[in-house]
Amino acid sequence: MRFLPLTDAAREEIKKAIGIKDSKELFKSIPADKSFFDLAALPSALSEPELIAEFKALGRKNSFQEYLSFLGAGAYAHFIPEVVAYLSAKGEFVTPYTPYQPEVSQGNLQAIFEYQTMMTMLTGLDVANASLYDGATAVAEAVLLAVRKSGRQRVLLADSLHPETMAVVRTYTQNLPIELATVAVNEADGRVDLADLTSKLNDQTAALVFQSPNFLGVVEDSAALAQAAHQQRAYAVQAVTEAMSLAYLRPAADFAVDVVAGEAQSFGLSLGFGGPYLGFMTAREEFLRQMPGRIVGQTKDLDGKRGYVLTLSTREQHIKREKATSNICSNEAWCALRAGMYLATMGKDGLALAARDSHLHAAYFVAKAAKLKRVKVVYTKNFYNEVLLEIRKGTAEAFLATLKKKKILAGVPLSWFYPAVGNRVLLAFSEVQRCADIDRLLLAMGEHS
Amino acid sequence: MSPLPDLIFEISRDGKTAHGLGASHVQAEPAIDPGLRRAGIADFPQVSEVEIVRHYMALARLNYSLDQGLYPLGSCTMKYNPKINEKLAGSEDFQAHPYTPRELVQGNLEIMARLEEWLLALTGMAGFTCAPAAGAHGEFTGMLVIRKYLQDKGDPRRVVLIPDSAHGTNPSSAHFAGYEIREVPSNGEGIIDVDGLRPFLKDDVAALMMTNPNTLGIFEKNITAIADALHGNGSLLYMDGANLNALLGIVRPGDLGVDVMHINLHKTFATPHGGGGPGSGPVGVAAHLLPYLPVPRVVKQGGAYEIVYDAPHSIGRIKNFYGQFLVMVRALAYLCSLGRENVRRVAEDAVLNANYIRKKLQDVLDLPYPTATMHEVVFSDKNLPVKTLDIAKRLLDYGLHPFTIYFPLIVHGAMMIEPTETESKETLDEFIAVMNKILVEAREQPELLLQAPHQTPVRRLDETLAARQPVLKWRKGENL
Repeated sequence: MRFLPLTDAAREEIKKAIGIKDSKELFKSIPADKSFFDLAALPSALSEPELIAEFKALGRKNSFQEYLSFLGAGAYAHFIPEVVAYLSAKGEFVTPYTPYQPEVSQGNLQAIFEYQTMMTMLTGLDVANASLYDGATAVAEAVLLAVRKSGRQRVLLADSLHPETMAVVRTYTQNLPIELATVAVNEADGRVDLADLTSKLNDQTAALVFQSPNFLGVVEDSAALAQAAHQQRAYAVQAVTEAMSLAYLRPAADFAVDVVAGEAQSFGLSLGFGGPYLGFMTAREEFLRQMPGRIVGQTKDLDGKRGYVLTLSTREQHIKREKATSNICSNEAWCALRAGMYLATMGKDGLALAARDSHLHAAYFVAKAAKLKRVKVVYTKNFYNEVLLEIRKGTAEAFLATLKKKKILAGVPLSWFYPAVGNRVLLAFSEVQRCADIDRLLLAMGEHS
Repeated sequence: MSPLPDLIFEISRDGKTAHGLGASHVQAEPAIDPGLRRAGIADFPQVSEVEIVRHYMALARLNYSLDQGLYPLGSCTMKYNPKINEKLAGSEDFQAHPYTPRELVQGNLEIMARLEEWLLALTGMAGFTCAPAAGAHGEFTGMLVIRKYLQDKGDPRRVVLIPDSAHGTNPSSAHFAGYEIREVPSNGEGIIDVDGLRPFLKDDVAALMMTNPNTLGIFEKNITAIADALHGNGSLLYMDGANLNALLGIVRPGDLGVDVMHINLHKTFATPHGGGGPGSGPVGVAAHLLPYLPVPRVVKQGGAYEIVYDAPHSIGRIKNFYGQFLVMVRALAYLCSLGRENVRRVAEDAVLNANYIRKKLQDVLDLPYPTATMHEVVFSDKNLPVKTLDIAKRLLDYGLHPFTIYFPLIVHGAMMIEPTETESKETLDEFIAVMNKILVEAREQPELLLQAPHQTPVRRLDETLAARQPVLKWRKGENL
């Protein structure tokens, strides 16, 4: 077995050295009637060629590759430069563990320090952590952060949060003394309803959590939302599922948003059927010592040279145990490193280009879709790269099924999340689509009309 | 030693670019208020492709990694990660969008289902969820399951018992699930016994959260009696299965009375740890807890795999989408490679290797618990002229990664060594020889150790300075 380098001779030598005859003696503390269970029903070992064949066969059971896709709703296809794939696959980056010994981990630590810096540049906020599990858990952690920091227990969640984010926040808080309430969305412009918001904010409110661009694709009026929250001394927390928008829209700090938390899969991570992705969190400086997850800091070594370490660990579970700011140990360090590589490779211009084209592709679709009879674009302005489409006749599922026959995955039906909404579809655009792809979608939709 | 490379921001020059993206041919006008758009990102890097490559290659050289050598971090199970797994997980065949219609991703769903089957067979649990993103996320999920189950029974309880040798994540996870923590001391053998536990078994105890093998590397041999005592009290037994490597193919936790457990796919099933993640922390439960597992779940319905969301008693959703799918691909690939022939061999060799190190070092290092060891062994720095940290730092000079230091907390100056089954006897002999050499140095020239490391790109880093005056990002003209 190639993963097991002990030879039979070495095993005998070790057994002799430790004074046993049979390996079974190693497991004497395990109840004898329970140990060495029957393994016969398990599959037999595959050689490496057999393994490759087996997974090829599994791959052939997938057929999504043949389809033109406009799926988004929390996971986005973006171009990944080959240099990112190449560098991030290096064993030196893939196979270390948490940098507990900083002297031999400066590569990872510096790369994460650079990642933290770029995330603060994108959001305009003061500090970033070094990753959380994914966007939904990052928002749940932001809720807990706001509650810890404010000492208040009431949290308002905008109805236009990604429904999975909403569900995760509910799961995370179900046994804690936290009161959740939702804020309605104004159907006319797809934004948080300010009247409903102000009626629900009170002096017990720790935070307002809103997503922008929101689940309906609309960019929120962050300034108005933050101002309303701040009037009750509540924090404004912005959730993000499409991190690419950070490079196109004005940074949260310009609107006095306190915390931005969300999903950074768009920064160089493959779709991977939903994971691993990359949760991020950035915040104003005052949140630093309450922030969950690991943080890399700059320091000096014995000789006064610049170096990096994991820092502020007194907030963490291995020291504070049940009083820790979070229970996170393994996180998404490699994903953060890869996101840093992606951001540095795309650079100032490349990122701006990908972010702009993502929007322009959506804008192109919206302009052309106005001519289609069968569908209506619900919000024709202040969307970023996602477009909410209303099917005038029939259900969204039936509409999508017709397009699927033409090898197009034309979006995600809202009925998956809101069973009462039967005729709406959310489509996502990015720089990876060509003009011909969008025309093909429009044509197919036109034929369908 | 080469110094640290400049930061990416310091090598940035206006006008450089490393991306090969062309501008779109789509003709369209922005459809968003100009007041919402940003002008640019100040100070964002501008570097060419060749400079990106050299920058990260310079950083790569500063990392110690498992591909380079022994990584005996106790409780982290840093075993070798087969390269084919990376290739399979990276295959375009599996990179579907998570909302792809189910009939187009049957291969992906089958991977998830087959992995669950393996986990059920190896643990004897009744059902699994692969949704949790990491071990600690699994702990949290498991605690939520226990809490919901007891609430539904009309017997909500407030307290979770946790042995003093537990991972720090255990009390933290239980706390975030809404529990109060009570610490249970281990006995002179380093384990929990029923008599020691009994005074803690009040009617407010929801569960005991036991790591097994525990963080001393010792199998909790009283586990079935402890399970009986807990169940007799209406409490549940949670097993932290982070150290499952030692039990693979040897014993199924489900047969020992465990109600809920998590495992770490990245540890036991050889997924690279990526500098601290991603991991994956599937949770297994006994039959009475099945309705409480998080949604969604993959099930086979009429010959096809489906993702189901409908589960009225479920604790709900704990993560976006379905969990760390690409980690599951690697774990299944690893299990397929091992097969029934080698699964048990993993545990045997891991335990053989740990016992070999124990035997060879117990004359030169203090062994606080002489109880039989499993996959890892814990020594202390008692009677040494230097501290554990000094030995760890000196190991770096010999090109080896140190063991886990100062954990578990109940051992003075703990050195927790886990060689895993993927190390050869030759490698272990080298490690043992280096340790002996260092212990001679410790007596004869302790200064050498107190100043160590000497050969690394940077030397002991000032962690106090980093925490007192946090510098957490680069600022133009302000950093060192």
